[in-house]
Amino acid sequence: MNLRVMLIDQNRGRVAILEQALIDNGYEVVARSSVEDNLIQRISETKPDVIIVDMESPDRDTLESMRCISRDQPKPIVMFTERSDQFSITEAVKAGISAYVVDGMNPGRLNAIMEVAMARFREYQALRDELEETKSQLEDRKLIDKAKGILMKLKGMSEDDAYRMIQKISMDRNIKIGEAARNVIMVADLLVGDDKP
Amino acid sequence: METISNNKGTTTMQEPEKADLCFGIMALSDCAVMAVAREKGFFEQQGLNVRLSKEASWASIRDKVVVGELDGAQMLAAMPIAASLGIEPFHVPMITAFSLGLNGNAITVSDSLLQQMYAMDSDAMVSPITAARALKKVITSFDRKLVFAHVYPYSSHNYELRYWLASAGIDPDEDVQLIVIPPAQMVSHLGEGDIDGYCVGEPWNGQAVQSGIGHTLVTSYDLWNNKPEKVFAVQQDWLDRYPATHQAVLVAMLQAARWADHPDNREELAAILCNRGYIDAPLEVVSTSLHGNLEVLCRHPAQSLSDFNVFFRYAASFPWVSHAQWFISQMYRWGQIGEVLNIRQVAKYIYRPDLYRQAAQLVGIPCPLEDEKVEGCHAEKWSLNDIEMGRDLFFDGSVFNPDNVVDYIDHFDVNSLNVDIDALKTVANRPGAQ
Repeated sequence: MNLRVMLIDQNRGRVAILEQALIDNGYEVVARSSVEDNLIQRISETKPDVIIVDMESPDRDTLESMRCISRDQPKPIVMFTERSDQFSITEAVKAGISAYVVDGMNPGRLNAIMEVAMARFREYQALRDELEETKSQLEDRKLIDKAKGILMKLKGMSEDDAYRMIQKISMDRNIKIGEAARNVIMVADLLVGDDKP
Repeated sequence: METISNNKGTTTMQEPEKADLCFGIMALSDCAVMAVAREKGFFEQQGLNVRLSKEASWASIRDKVVVGELDGAQMLAAMPIAASLGIEPFHVPMITAFSLGLNGNAITVSDSLLQQMYAMDSDAMVSPITAARALKKVITSFDRKLVFAHVYPYSSHNYELRYWLASAGIDPDEDVQLIVIPPAQMVSHLGEGDIDGYCVGEPWNGQAVQSGIGHTLVTSYDLWNNKPEKVFAVQQDWLDRYPATHQAVLVAMLQAARWADHPDNREELAAILCNRGYIDAPLEVVSTSLHGNLEVLCRHPAQSLSDFNVFFRYAASFPWVSHAQWFISQMYRWGQIGEVLNIRQVAKYIYRPDLYRQAAQLVGIPCPLEDEKVEGCHAEKWSLNDIEMGRDLFFDGSVFNPDNVVDYIDHFDVNSLNVDIDALKTVANRPGAQ
C-alpha cells in the first residue's frame, strides 16, 4: 500500500517540487500545509503515515504536542534515533527537514522518503544559491557598464580601455570588480556633481 | 576575530576551547540576556564570537542542539529536563547553569470569554482564584469545550495554565482542550475565535490588548512570584568538551543580565530587541512590558509590574535545583513522567549551580550558598547570603518544599498521574538518596 505523506513547508516553490518528486516515487501526498491551517484537524482528516516538515516551520511545536494528548487521535512522533540503516538525523537537520512518523508506521520505510526529501531540499538550496550568485553578477554587470560609460565620457577613453581601468582598480586594491565599479561611480558623483540624464 | 586574552589579574579563567559559537534563540522578550551579551560586547570581551540564530520552534532548537548545529540555546526551563529524562522521543543529557530570567508570561482571554466570566461573577477579577472559579462556572454551563493554547508540552506556560485551571477544580485534560500553537499566531487565532485564551510570553499579551482583541487576566508573576521560565542550556557532551568556553559564556551572560536588569537600560534594551531584528513587534508593545506597564485585570491598580521581567536581581540567573524539582513535580502530576526516579538526584545532574558559582566568582557577583530553597513563604523581599531576594508566593497560598517533593505531587486533587506514588516515596526516602 502506498505510504500517505503530508508536507508542511512554508516555501511554496519547494513544497511543489517535493510533492511531485514523492508522487513520481509512488507515494501518496495527502496534504500540503502552510501556516494558518488547523493542523490538528487536517492531520485527523487526512490520516498521513508520515509528515515531512521544514525546520523553519513554527508548526513543529504543535506536531510535538500531539503525541502527548490522551484522546483518540493520530500521534506523530519525530524520528530522532540514529541508526546505521537509516538516514542520518544530522544530515536531515542540516538539510532543513524533520520527519514525523504516525501511529505505528514502520520507521524503516521512512528511509526512502527521506532520501527523496533531503535531495529535493538540497537541490532547492543549491538553486537558490545559484540564483543569488546570478543576481549578484547581473548587478555587477550593470555597475560595470555604468562605470565604463562614466570613464568614456569623462576621460575620452575607449570602451576597452575603460574596462581595463576598472579591472586594474579591482586587482590593485584586491576588491571585487563590482565594488571597483561602484567606487568609480561614487567618485565621479562627488567630483562632477549630480548631472545625471 | 582576535581573541582578547583575559589578563584580569586575579582571575584564573582558561582560554575558551572554541571561540566561534552559534546559539539558538526565540523571538521573545526573554532572549534579552543573550541579545545583550552579543550586542553590548560582553561575549566579545570573553574572546567569543557568537552568532544568535533565531529559530522557528522549540522543537527545532532542541533538535539543532542535539545534532550540534547549535552549541547551545535559550530553552524552556523544563526542556533540558525532558531531554535528559528521555521523555522526548530521544534521550540526550542536557544541562543548564544559567536562568535567563524570572516571570514574563501571562494568560490572556478573548473579550467574549471575559464577558461570560463577568456574567458569572462581576467580581471575578479580584484575584487569580476568583477568576479561575468564574471560569469553572462558564465551563460548566457552556455548550462546547473551551480551547486554551500554550507553546510546548514541556513549557512553564503549560504548567502555569494547568495549575491555575486546576485551582478551581477544572481538569485540564477533561474539562477544556489544551493545544499548542506558535506564539506568533496566538493573537490572530484569538481574534478569529479559534481559541478562547492562551498562556504565552511577551509581546503576545500586550499585542492582544493593544489591538483590542483580548484581555490579560493574570501574569505568571501573580501565579507564583518570581518563578523560573527560560534557561540557557547545552548538551552534557558539549560541556564535557568545552568547559572553559561554557564558563566564558556564563561570565558574559552574567554581565549582560546585570546590564539588562538596570532600569536605566530598559529603553535601550527595548530598542535592541525591536530594532535589531530579535522581535518582530512594534517598539511600543515591547517597551510596555519591559517597563512593567502591561494591562492586567487581576491586579490592584496600585501594584506595579516592575517585576514582570526579572533578569538579574533576586539571584534570577541562578539555576536552583529546587526549580528543577518543581518542574519535575508538575511533569509527574500531569502524567508526562511515568518512571520512578529519585527526583532530587536527577535534578542535580541537570541544573548545575556549581558551574554558575564558578563563573559568578570570577566577576565578583554574589551567589546563593544553597542549591535549593523553599518556595511560597516570602510575602516581602528578604535576604539570602547578603543577596536581596524577591517575593515567592503562590497565588493559592501553597508552599513547595524540595525536601518533600513526592508529598507535594501527591497532594493535588486534580492530576493525571501516571506513576506509582508509593514507589516514588520509597525511592525518595531511601537512605543515602540525598
